[in-house]
Amino acid sequence: MLVEERRWLSAEEFNEALSLCQVLPGPNIVNMAVCIGTRFRGALGAFAAVMGLMCAPFAIVLVLGALFTHYGGLPTISAVFRGISAAAAGLIVAMGIKMAASPRLRSPMAVFALAAFVGVGLVRLPLGVFLLVAVPASVAAAAWRSR
Amino acid sequence: MSEVLVELAVDFSLLSLFAVGGVVTVLPELHRGVVEVHGWMSSTEFAQLFALAQASPGPNILVVTLIGWKVAGLAGAVVATAAVCAPSSILTYGVSQVWQRFRDARWRKTVEDGLVPLTVGLMLAGSYLITLAADQSATGFILTAVTAAAVLGTRMHPLWLLAAGGLVGLAGWV
Repeated sequence: MLVEERRWLSAEEFNEALSLCQVLPGPNIVNMAVCIGTRFRGALGAFAAVMGLMCAPFAIVLVLGALFTHYGGLPTISAVFRGISAAAAGLIVAMGIKMAASPRLRSPMAVFALAAFVGVGLVRLPLGVFLLVAVPASVAAAAWRSR
Repeated sequence: MSEVLVELAVDFSLLSLFAVGGVVTVLPELHRGVVEVHGWMSSTEFAQLFALAQASPGPNILVVTLIGWKVAGLAGAVVATAAVCAPSSILTYGVSQVWQRFRDARWRKTVEDGLVPLTVGLMLAGSYLITLAADQSATGFILTAVTAAAVLGTRMHPLWLLAAGGLVGLAGWV
């Protein structure tokens, strides 16, 4: 829509913004809105873009949430939801597998993926504590490898 | 009440800055805070709210909106959503101003190479934990596995897979 219909930015600019937004923390799509909003109208543009992106989904998810709280106690609905939750977990598992299969991980650096899985997933370390140690170690290893 | 709002704001702003690669990487931490540290809800409820956020249009990060709403009503929903969006947005705003200057910097690629494996490991941890939270029966685990296989092996739209999961649930199999 942004590139083809409105021609607000070129495909190259779009890809560049996307790669930036994927490296930065936070929801990628929100970051994207910030990048594009900033480009055209500075901080105000970024704010407008995020609001535009989030307002409708925010309202919809709350309506769904309210319906769920209201009717979720019914045996039928809770049965349906057990099914939906299991399927939703499957979507996330697939995403994890897809990422893990990426060629970038076929190197000794994969040991850091294993450390993150064991440390945060199994041992349940607080994320902040884990990252404080793991990010410097992992980036240092990447730097050493690229010498 | 307002104490809860402060907790939501603090917890989720920190989460916002850790969420490299999206909400799935912080799922373990979100679960730890919401279920284990604060005891705001059970693990099952957590999985249900996450499923609801996935079924709803918009980014999956909206699960924090539902958590905030469940814990502290509409004010909680607003505070939680703002907390999870603002810090990362401000960071992105700042970085996008100076980005052009560092476009070809070598350290950029190094930082990325270092972060990718961690992101992948955290995603796997997130999918492991959400599976444990969502599935209470053997058939639940089978449904999760079949759905994952369908995503990897076919081009079905995720919403259809969620609907199929709902039907399996309706049939009383999970």
